[in-house]
Amino acid sequence: MSLWKIAWRSIQQRALASALTAFSMALGVALVAAVIVIHGVIDQSFRRGAQGYDLIVGAKGSPLELVLTAVYHLGRVPGNMSYDAYDELVNGQFAADIQVAIPICLGDNFKGFRVIGTTPDMFARLEYLDGRKYEFAEGRNFYDDALREAVIGATAARKTGLKVGDKFRPVHGSAAARGEEHEPFDIVGVLAPTGTPNDRAIFVNMEGFYQMHAQAPEEAERPLPALKDEAKPKPEAKDEHKSDGQENQGPSAEKPGEKPAEKPSEKHEPHADGKHSHGSAHDEHREVTAVLVVLNPKIPPTRRVALPKLVSKQLDVQAVAPAEQIDHLLRGIVGNVQLILLILAVMIVVVAGIGIMVSIYNSMSDRRHEIAIIRALGARRTTIMIVVLLESILLALGGGAAGLVLGHGLTGVLSPLIADQTGVSVNPLQFQLSELILIPGLILLATVVGYLPAVVAYRTDVAQSLISSP
Amino acid sequence: MLLQLREVKKSFFQPDGSELPILDIPEFSVDAGCQVVLVGRSGCGKTTLLHIIAGISRPTSGRVKIDGWDIALMAESEVDQFRAERIGYVYQTFNLLPSFTALENVLLGMTFGRVRPDRERAKALLRRVGLEHRLTHKPPMLSVGEQQRVAVARALANRPQLILADEPTANVDVGNQQQIIDLLRETCREENVALILVTHAPEVAEQFERVEYLEKINLVRVGR
Repeated sequence: MSLWKIAWRSIQQRALASALTAFSMALGVALVAAVIVIHGVIDQSFRRGAQGYDLIVGAKGSPLELVLTAVYHLGRVPGNMSYDAYDELVNGQFAADIQVAIPICLGDNFKGFRVIGTTPDMFARLEYLDGRKYEFAEGRNFYDDALREAVIGATAARKTGLKVGDKFRPVHGSAAARGEEHEPFDIVGVLAPTGTPNDRAIFVNMEGFYQMHAQAPEEAERPLPALKDEAKPKPEAKDEHKSDGQENQGPSAEKPGEKPAEKPSEKHEPHADGKHSHGSAHDEHREVTAVLVVLNPKIPPTRRVALPKLVSKQLDVQAVAPAEQIDHLLRGIVGNVQLILLILAVMIVVVAGIGIMVSIYNSMSDRRHEIAIIRALGARRTTIMIVVLLESILLALGGGAAGLVLGHGLTGVLSPLIADQTGVSVNPLQFQLSELILIPGLILLATVVGYLPAVVAYRTDVAQSLISSP
Repeated sequence: MLLQLREVKKSFFQPDGSELPILDIPEFSVDAGCQVVLVGRSGCGKTTLLHIIAGISRPTSGRVKIDGWDIALMAESEVDQFRAERIGYVYQTFNLLPSFTALENVLLGMTFGRVRPDRERAKALLRRVGLEHRLTHKPPMLSVGEQQRVAVARALANRPQLILADEPTANVDVGNQQQIIDLLRETCREENVALILVTHAPEVAEQFERVEYLEKINLVRVGR
């Protein structure tokens, strides 16, 4: 018979006390697991969200705020940058450095989901993860010259109930509060889930976005990337050919979202080569909230490193690497919060461990007779000590296993809440590597807390205990 | 000769510092396979003597040789090992572990020796004591007589050379009393195990050919 079995039988004999002790351990471990899992998933999700872009370019201000707004659709919409700066970025001196640059305009929402004005390139040319392009669960991308078309993210579609063919009216402002309703857009595509914040957004044609705000007479809230008074949208007149050939190097060189059959009522006049020029007079009055940039993979690493500063200086904007900002965020604020939560949870585990010690220690007076019997059968003092330690380890590991299930269950329960609040989807079945440390950690804790009762068991006077009544 | 005690003394120190002698056994020996009964009044040191023979207690002085090994000179862990492999013990209160089944209690008797526990032997022993239908029953589910039979099977589990039985019938009814004695004597005979049985019941003692009277603190041999 193994010593594990002897220890297990001892636990069974004190089933209620053992169960309560293990349960207290389970609560502690559940908290540790929940903290680790939620932090791990948030960390992963944030880093995942930042993977699709090398740079975010926007108006000067807080770099983190820019990243949170442009990539995660969180927080206040910061100021806008001029369309000229955007044009200079993609067609000027930095054109060769850039593979793809997607402008985005913010300032509206629909039922709390950000409405983002952008170009079809967002889904045609960008990868949301390395090698993974956006796919449509239903419908298609919006066309470049179809001003009232929109594409909706998977979560936003599920939550709002919008589907292909539906119309929706964006509301002014970036929060769910009721504001002025704009002219409706048509949903033409529903994105397949990506696990990125874009699942929680609605994307409209940027030209339509400009037009929508140009039609709204009282666009007072800043920072809304609307046309200025003298630059009301004239979609049919906004495009001009650009003949210098520079476009071919820039991110706007291709227009994969271009419509095969045009709608005369709401389109730009297509150019013969399907390209838009950004050098028109009214572009000077346009603004964009941010530009999502994927750098040319062929540029030298030194250039890549220097580019954010160069862009910021030359264009009077700020260019930030989202991964860097997220790293600062996660290591700084989020990391410290997690550390505090983790310390609290570990303290609960330690208290639960002390509970195991007290439980086994208190049982020692009742178990002296049994220990003496086992000793009389030939068990050494050290064998008895090991049995008590194994008992402590079994309680800790049993409680720990229950705690992991409980913790992940708790994560599963909280998952919709986290997703609703942050847009970060938490998979309760996703185990973090750092959870593995719980196993040696619990064994160590159980050994330490089991030591005192084990010593008591070790010192049991066999002859005396055999004589005493059971 | 299997067991030999020579000049074995056991004393306790009282709170006032004076020494209280418990046992003083000039000479006591048992041959292999021999069955001996120890008779004496309560408190005369019978259990202490068995504890000393089993190595559970150490004598204050003297030699305790079993099969040529002086266990009084062995380290505690060696005595434990020796006991696990060569000595079986049957107690007045059975001393079965309540959370273990009858089979597990017998297996426990084989756990601490060098040989791996033999499940088949444990079952065979329980069959031998008439409990083949009670293998998975825990002690609280067994009658008093059945519990003592499990204890007998456990004492034999490690193929001991010597079984020490400390008033094994004191807690069983008269009907079971003789069965337990018969079982102990028969199984010890079958396995060629020496038996030292402590009792203060004359009707039990008179069944043995060799009776030792423990009076006051001295062992007085009375042969028949």
